[in-house]
Amino acid sequence: MTVTYTSQHFKREAKAALVQPNLQRALDRTTTLLQARRADAYRTYPAFETNRDAASAIKDHVLRHLDHYLETFERNATDAGCVVHWARDAQEACRIVVDLCRGADAKTVTRVKSMLGEEIGLPEALDGAGFDRVETDLAEHINQLAGDRPSHIVIPALHKTREEVSDLFERHHPQHRHIDDIGELVESARLTLREKYFAADVGISGANFLLADSGAVCTVTNEGNAELTMQLPKVQIVTAGIEKLVPSLDHAGVLLRLLARSALGMELTQYTTFLTGARRPGDRDGPEEMHIVLVDAGRTELLADELRPILKCIRCAACINHCPVYGQIGGHAYGGIYQGPMGSVLTPAMASLAQAKDLPHACTLNGRCDEVCPVKIPLTDLMRTLRERTWREGLVDSQSRLAMRLWGRVAAAPALYRMATRWAVRTLRTAARGRGRIGNMPLAGAWTKGRDLPAPEGGTFMDRYRRGER
Amino acid sequence: MGAKRDEPTVGLLVTCIADAMRPTVGFATLRLLEAAGCRVEVPTVQTCCGQPAYNSGDAESARTLAKRVVAAFERFDYCVAPSGSCMGMVKHHYAHLFRDDPDWAARHRAFAEGCHELLSFLHDVRGLRRSSIEDARYAGRVTYHHSCSGLREIGVREQAETLLRAVPGVDFVGLADPEACCGFGGTFCVKYPEISTSIVADKVADIEATGADTLVGGDLGCLMNIAGRLSRQGTGVRVYHTAEVLAGMADVPFGSQR
Repeated sequence: MTVTYTSQHFKREAKAALVQPNLQRALDRTTTLLQARRADAYRTYPAFETNRDAASAIKDHVLRHLDHYLETFERNATDAGCVVHWARDAQEACRIVVDLCRGADAKTVTRVKSMLGEEIGLPEALDGAGFDRVETDLAEHINQLAGDRPSHIVIPALHKTREEVSDLFERHHPQHRHIDDIGELVESARLTLREKYFAADVGISGANFLLADSGAVCTVTNEGNAELTMQLPKVQIVTAGIEKLVPSLDHAGVLLRLLARSALGMELTQYTTFLTGARRPGDRDGPEEMHIVLVDAGRTELLADELRPILKCIRCAACINHCPVYGQIGGHAYGGIYQGPMGSVLTPAMASLAQAKDLPHACTLNGRCDEVCPVKIPLTDLMRTLRERTWREGLVDSQSRLAMRLWGRVAAAPALYRMATRWAVRTLRTAARGRGRIGNMPLAGAWTKGRDLPAPEGGTFMDRYRRGER
Repeated sequence: MGAKRDEPTVGLLVTCIADAMRPTVGFATLRLLEAAGCRVEVPTVQTCCGQPAYNSGDAESARTLAKRVVAAFERFDYCVAPSGSCMGMVKHHYAHLFRDDPDWAARHRAFAEGCHELLSFLHDVRGLRRSSIEDARYAGRVTYHHSCSGLREIGVREQAETLLRAVPGVDFVGLADPEACCGFGGTFCVKYPEISTSIVADKVADIEATGADTLVGGDLGCLMNIAGRLSRQGTGVRVYHTAEVLAGMADVPFGSQR
């Protein structure tokens, strides 16, 4: 199974998103709140910056010695009673998971939200193989009922308003009751999902961290659904990208202190769980089998690429929450699994640069993402790197290309540049017709559609300075 | 860049937007720098720092222009521009363009040390806590927009506010979300005009909520964008560059004609 990317429609979809009232309401309600919460968490945690340095160093270190940590993890996880599988790409990963489910004679499969699962197209693969797939994360449950893709990596149903969720639950939940209250909506989902946990034959999760020295899998959730999904069924499968490795529990601790604070402004999530191996003799519960599928899916290639720092990402979504562009258009327009700044770097690598060429350009380079990233990924630099690639690979439209080249030539020849500037200033002054601003102008429609163009003051600085003005 | 003197030499990087759109910003900068005890020169070979090319992915054009800037300005003690955005490009991003060229990289490293955005230069380097123009005054309720590059690439935070508050007549009021981008983003605003408009509309709402009659900022790109939206919405808020207010040259706001 592969995921269908629709990033080539970014421009169209982004424009459409701007005029979707429900999406706009949902975005207004959440992004400002998430920014304020993160700011509070930052203020009340004096070690935030020092920990960012440490977290960044840990991630850099692991990426430099990834082979070592992967092998150590495999050995320790196997010793703890897990079966470790290696998947080169999305197809292989899905095949391994589907085969394991078939081997367990599964009918019902519960899943905990995992972006890697989305990335490799696991939901589609499970559906295609005929399993009854149950998404247990509240937001993913909403998305499953609505047939939607996640629009945010931490809050996958961010695009939905409470009112829309009410309608959805009324239609799909067995009680068929209209509920307005958020607490009651959660309760309705809880009741609907609860019985599925017990019916599940296989539980599938992702991992926030893989601990090399113990072979443990760490997950972070707020709903407790991961624990039920991973403990109740007799077979448990973890799918994780190979970049999820950390050396030890201490290192995971550094990252955990930043993850929830960056994502939601919380000190820690409600549940932080470490699972080491399947049920041992004498254990009262736990799965009989625990499988860990380590997925490459392009990561080794990224490791050797200028975009390598994106592999440090711990999927906290702070960059997304602080992105002014995401704040206006939401997540679906990005046309992939990941959104906002981290998505604009990852999606071109996952789909193709040709398909996702608009994403790295859909950024004001304001740098707030760099500032809030808990592992210090230089997102705007990576965005510029990708822009350079779109230029080199001929993915920039020929009109812009020609204009930029021409401007570059002129700007490198001062005398010519002065003439061109003089002419431009005169033209704009004429267009302003003495009003000091231009409301509509041919060739400048992109600017003047939503705002006026203030007219030039008159003359150029260089000319006026040369004439002795001070 | 040589040893810093009592009366240091400053190469004024006017910036291409100030040159074409708002020469007064260039003259205001010149005045502020001279009054702050600098010997200012304006190299006549300057055009643009190359940022539009760099941010569009055209590294080759950007590199050509970067070399011209370094060559034209490296003889001064300092290079100063009334823009965080252009200075971020010159001071930081040139390093990326020269990463495979050790000679230019070394020249740039030496040059970059003396590169400053105007406000941070006056405040941090020259130690000013009020405008260097003694008789500067401005009557109005003034709010201030941080440009993102000024804020995050150069570190212009309190400097502008400190200097603005010291101008007689200025009644300063802060924005609710002063660190939010205005949606300009260079070529972004013409590549994605609808998204850009939506972002700047939020900025305008923030400005209007303060009750300010004047918006001041340190980057002409942002100011053109915000001023354009303010006048489109018919708000009547006046827009000036910080240098104009500090130099007592805030006479004709953006969007009005002399």
